[in-house]
Amino acid sequence: MSGGRFKQGWIWIAALAIAIMAPWAFYNYGTGRHSGFVLSMLSQMGMMSILALSYNMLLGQAGLFSLCHATFFGIGGYATIHFLNLAGAGDLPLPMELIPLLAGLSGLGLAIVFGYMATKQRATAFAMITLGIGELMVTAALMFHHFFGGEGGVNANRMIGHSLFGLKYASGIQVYYLILAWTLGSALAMFFLTLTPLGRMANATRDNFERVQFMGYDPRIVRFLQFALSGFFAGIGGGLYAITYEIVTFDALAAPLSANALLMAYIGGASAFGGPILGAVLITLLQSGVSLMSNSWLVYVGVLFIGMVIFAPQGIMGLVMAHGPIVRAGQFGRLLMPYVRVVPAGLVMALGFVGLVELTSFLTIGAAQGKTLILFGNRIDVHAVLPWLLATVCLVGGGVWLRLEARAFRRVWEKLMLELKPQRSAA
Amino acid sequence: MEIVLVSLFNGLVYGMLLFMLASGLTLIFSMMGVLNFAHASIYMIGAYLAFTLSQLLGFFPALIIAPILCGLIGAAIEVWGLRRVHNNGHIAELLFTFGMVFIIQRGVQMIWGMLPMAYRVPALLDFPLFTVYGANFPAYRGFMLLVSVGMLVATWLLLKKTRVGLIIQAALTHPQMASALGHNVPRVFTIVFAGGCLLAGLAGVIGGNYQTTEPGMAEAMGPIVFVVVVFGGLGSLSGCFIASILMGLIQTFAVVINYSLLDLVKPLGITVSGDNLFTEILTVPVARIGALLPFALMIIILLFRPRGLLGTRDT
Amino acid sequence: MTGIALSLRKVTKTFGQTEIIRGVNLDIASGERHAIIGPNGAGKTTLFNLVSGRFPLSSGEIWLNDARVDRLPPHRINRMGLSRSFQITSIFHRLSVFENLRCALLWSMGYHYSFWTPLWIQRELTARTDSMLEQLNLAPRRDTAAGLLSYADQRALEIGMTIAGGASVILLDEPTAGMSNAETDSAVELIRRVSEGKTLVMVEHDMKVVFDLADVITVLVYGQVIASGPPQAVRANAAVQEAYLGALDAA
Repeated sequence: MSGGRFKQGWIWIAALAIAIMAPWAFYNYGTGRHSGFVLSMLSQMGMMSILALSYNMLLGQAGLFSLCHATFFGIGGYATIHFLNLAGAGDLPLPMELIPLLAGLSGLGLAIVFGYMATKQRATAFAMITLGIGELMVTAALMFHHFFGGEGGVNANRMIGHSLFGLKYASGIQVYYLILAWTLGSALAMFFLTLTPLGRMANATRDNFERVQFMGYDPRIVRFLQFALSGFFAGIGGGLYAITYEIVTFDALAAPLSANALLMAYIGGASAFGGPILGAVLITLLQSGVSLMSNSWLVYVGVLFIGMVIFAPQGIMGLVMAHGPIVRAGQFGRLLMPYVRVVPAGLVMALGFVGLVELTSFLTIGAAQGKTLILFGNRIDVHAVLPWLLATVCLVGGGVWLRLEARAFRRVWEKLMLELKPQRSAA
Repeated sequence: MEIVLVSLFNGLVYGMLLFMLASGLTLIFSMMGVLNFAHASIYMIGAYLAFTLSQLLGFFPALIIAPILCGLIGAAIEVWGLRRVHNNGHIAELLFTFGMVFIIQRGVQMIWGMLPMAYRVPALLDFPLFTVYGANFPAYRGFMLLVSVGMLVATWLLLKKTRVGLIIQAALTHPQMASALGHNVPRVFTIVFAGGCLLAGLAGVIGGNYQTTEPGMAEAMGPIVFVVVVFGGLGSLSGCFIASILMGLIQTFAVVINYSLLDLVKPLGITVSGDNLFTEILTVPVARIGALLPFALMIIILLFRPRGLLGTRDT
Repeated sequence: MTGIALSLRKVTKTFGQTEIIRGVNLDIASGERHAIIGPNGAGKTTLFNLVSGRFPLSSGEIWLNDARVDRLPPHRINRMGLSRSFQITSIFHRLSVFENLRCALLWSMGYHYSFWTPLWIQRELTARTDSMLEQLNLAPRRDTAAGLLSYADQRALEIGMTIAGGASVILLDEPTAGMSNAETDSAVELIRRVSEGKTLVMVEHDMKVVFDLADVITVLVYGQVIASGPPQAVRANAAVQEAYLGALDAA
């Protein structure tokens, strides 16, 4: 156990190093400028990591399915815009580096109010209350112009002239390092929280609500505190958002962003601390990358999500960590062949699926937009029968093939797990 | 006075539409404990299918075929998806139906495109039924009322007077006991889920040309329907009915009320001045916060009466 | 101090139309080992649920160490010195055995809802948890996820979590249910050890365990106490024999 933790530590340090160095890999030495696109994407990853991690404080750690998480992100954003405006006008003598803290406190305040209401109930009623809260806030944001600015939102100038390090934050790279610092700090804080009495009792409440009561704890208070703290961190994320984009609209509180938080935390892996970070990075990449290539990336994410709910509820991190005992016992070689056989089957099926989706999409949406489907430089006629036939064959054929290979894979996996069982129990 | 009557009619029509959607959802929720997030998406599918079918076959055949197709889709979702996820726990089921929303949303956009569909009221029903104080009450709305009442009666008859209905009722409040008595509860679940989707599809056929048939309709209707279900209470169709009508009336009436909180306190001589958030909250007319009311009501009822108005089971 | 740890006075419980507990009067002395037996459906677990605050009473009073507890929520009753185990094993299956026990110790050691105390440097806490592990013979399973333990180990953990907080009144609900003879014997040893100096109330079906451990036996039938006293007296009681149709003779 302690050996594993040590090894894991190296991975995080490596990830941090990559995060610090990444913008320089895309530096254009000719013009002396960083790639704006890359900086923007990296900054987004940072903010989304905080959002996903704070969401997982609820979902993965406390077993709370919340549908209004973006509310606290958004309020952090809106509040920060106002703070920036105040600071710029000289009414708030706070350095830029500490502004996200104020954002966090805004998130915390709102989370205390809403959390008190929501955590009075369990499971589905809790989800419904959070749904109501989320919709309420979006509607309020569109209604009350003073704080929320209506549909146009509110904006600010981030060059407020106060900084602990004398930085102006005019350039994207400076903003990125600010975001990275706060992401690192927040992630460490949230990790620390998991190792405190509250963090542990939140896990216990997740596993067994009733038992917790017979240990002297009021599970409602445990959940309330967890909810409030997760709102604090979400607020920080919102503050960074406001600083980066200098404008916040109701999108920052809306349901799609809450859904995003859920997707990132779940796909990355809700049962491992780092899972949500992985999910945030992945989804941001998909969003930036795949959405450029295809209109239908939401379908792929949706199918991936549902696939995971059915087959891999532990998320990607969970899948990776499930290999842990096998790798430690040096038995990974036995999985190599099964993987080699499963992957092509999966690829063929995926190809068929993607093909059908893209063909359908281009038939309707693409046609309306005047685009045509271009694959490897060849224009594909979406009205011809051949592409459809090919895609369907790949999907169905690939599906059947995958089923066979998956069964074989499972047999090998279960055999391995059975052999390793004594070692696992005594770990 | 005109406003009250017109709003009353329109509120009733909208309320019945909500009831059609909410009743399917409450049946599913009550029986399986699963909140089907994709319920409003099925509603959307119903509307789109009705549009396409009415282009091909006419409105009235579409009225029958589209809901059946929706029911079949629901059955497929239940058998191949939901049932598998059932073992992974409550939250997994919620997540599954949540994921279905994305897929259906994008699927509809892919198949029909992103623009609103010109799903119009059939010419046969496109005339004013009667006029009241100069405002027309379209015959189509009367038709909507007819269909929704008919559906209500049919569902009530099915539940109260048939054997299947009896089993469903039992499984509604005591699923474990019904199973222990030997009924094929999984099959009943599939039937109820498909039935709920059928009702949603029917609502879509009718509602699709009352509202606009466009990809955002699921997002627009979804949250309100959840509010209705939770407000009315689990395991209770009558509670659902009351809640639907109530919400329909509230939302319709709210739009015409131009008073604000300030108007309430004005007689006491209180005035506000200045242009800040506080005054804004006080002076916003009820008409503008109409959209807020259902959610505020849901939160209030969940705080004080978690079972909803007439619920028989705990959420 | 009257020496009565737990007192039930005219306790009734009705679910809808059905009366499950019909006027139970019971006094359990401090330091006593008390077994509650009775046929299935007699209401034994319901009685536990009432005492521990899981269900509200329909009428009557429950007193714990001279304080009235029948309208308090379970966590408050627990803080006043009463702890219970569950018939169906109720542990934190995703946490390790060590963490399960540690959670059980947190409140009683004053950590409460702290989110600023790092747990890994709490020496006293870790020491106490480790010593509990030893007592329960679960030390080799320290870092195993509780859900992966064998049934008997899980029951031992269940007992451990119940007593860890240092409660003075311990309620054990069928602690040896489903165990083999060997497992039952070690469970009985464990229970005897951990209930030293505490008040123990046990629901049990295994008569051998009951006669091994109990100082006083109460027989509950259809929600009413039909006999209560030292084992030999209860054994000889005609009403009890009738209720059990000779099961006591076989013990």
